[in-house]
Amino acid sequence: MAQSALAPVAAPDAASDGPRPISLVCRLCGAPAEPQPVATCEHCLGPLEPAYDPARRLPSRAELERRPRSIWRYAEWLPIAGEPIVSLDTGFTPLVDAPALAKALGVRRAWVKNDAVSHPTLSFKDRVVAVALNAAKGFGLDTVGCASTGNLANSVAAQAARAGLAAWIFIPEDLELAKVVGTAVYGPHLVRVKGTYDDVNRLCAQVADRFGWGLVNLNLRGYYGEGSKTVAYEIAEQLGWRTPDAVIAPMAGGSLLTKIDKGFRDFAKAGLADGAHPRIYGAQAAGCAPIVKLAREGGERIEPVIPNTIARSLAIGNPADGRFAATAIRSSGGAAAAVTDEELVAGIRLLAETTGIFAETAGGVTVAAALKLARGGELRATDELVLCITGNGLKTIDAVQPALAAAPVIPPKLGAVAALVNA
Amino acid sequence: MPVTVRIPTVLARAAGGQTTHEASGATVGDVVDAIAARHPGLGARLRDAEGQPYPYVVFYLDDEDIRFQRGFGTPVADGAELVVVPAIAGG
Repeated sequence: MAQSALAPVAAPDAASDGPRPISLVCRLCGAPAEPQPVATCEHCLGPLEPAYDPARRLPSRAELERRPRSIWRYAEWLPIAGEPIVSLDTGFTPLVDAPALAKALGVRRAWVKNDAVSHPTLSFKDRVVAVALNAAKGFGLDTVGCASTGNLANSVAAQAARAGLAAWIFIPEDLELAKVVGTAVYGPHLVRVKGTYDDVNRLCAQVADRFGWGLVNLNLRGYYGEGSKTVAYEIAEQLGWRTPDAVIAPMAGGSLLTKIDKGFRDFAKAGLADGAHPRIYGAQAAGCAPIVKLAREGGERIEPVIPNTIARSLAIGNPADGRFAATAIRSSGGAAAAVTDEELVAGIRLLAETTGIFAETAGGVTVAAALKLARGGELRATDELVLCITGNGLKTIDAVQPALAAAPVIPPKLGAVAALVNA
Repeated sequence: MPVTVRIPTVLARAAGGQTTHEASGATVGDVVDAIAARHPGLGARLRDAEGQPYPYVVFYLDDEDIRFQRGFGTPVADGAELVVVPAIAGG
């Protein structure tokens, strides 16, 4: 980590201290577990999480600012000891000031955390995959994979290709063409499964158990999820080492929001971010909103649903972290909202027209939910709000194309342009 | 013909090291009761204190999530396959 902040990130030399996944601990029962490609506690089946050494030395703001601009500048809060050796250049996406969007929402200030330009595959999944593939390397695995609604498939395929790992990727058969092509091009074993994402996920739970691969969001999940915390770390640093009043994020499995909440708590505990813990707001499509329901009504159990929305990347009817996401929302003083497909398309257009950022359907959900929460008084006129835009609109153009006016077709004559201008 | 029950490796230690079991019963709950009678440690990870499905596993009867059917009351046909997977997965 001795490079300057702006230096290109080179592949490490072969003699470097390679990645070593750290030990795990059960989030529910607290039982410790050795580093292993297993995500559930053998005692209670709760989720295993990395067990960070509370006595480890943490860097200062100045030290962090000197490090390369990637997720790895926050290495002390990531579950890889030693040096990461693959995917060194993911992270540190722009935080974009969005005054016109703030005005439309009716809040004091709005920022867009723009993971639509994440490297290398234009979604926040690059962060979690970067961590998971270093864990896979550390465990000596030669094959990785995932169950995916699309963005994760893109990211695993791309980063596995670069890392020289074989990849088995499972997706619902009817996924958007851009996400299928944007996976297949990297040459993985791509498998289209008849059924919903939840069917794919169930199948992959069995696959992970059978074949000994590193399925990033199954048996490597304890390591993988931690990459999402870097969204919060970056927001705090990019705001000048402070917290915003509120953050809104889309929810599929619920992990991203849960980890953003954890990330802000990490930095508060380390004394790195000034300000109160932000209120955390969650967004889902109305056609798949089990976490919104739990956050609003309370309770301990998610009621699974069969998804029916064009927001395919959020179409998880049985969200693994739904309970934890709902708890994070409620305990932070935030709220959750669900929006219709028509509202999410309007959200994509509002974001594009006010910020110049083209988000995929999940981003439309986030913007539309922010609008709904602001109009309902859940977000306040005095708020500084960060909207987490997690994927790129070029992956879901079919969703928004019907809502756009057709461009006029004219002959190559100046008079035709004049006619349009004067119309 | 009995029902085939497949459990994840993480639960195998509580079930004599085996991931595939056979049991009989008219409903999913009956089948779970039969397995739990043989392996009490496993039973505690299939049912909660109220006798409902343990919250950190999901049951699939012939590939269908029993929560969209009648839960433990879902009828079971001879020769069916009951798959148990950890609930914390994916996303």
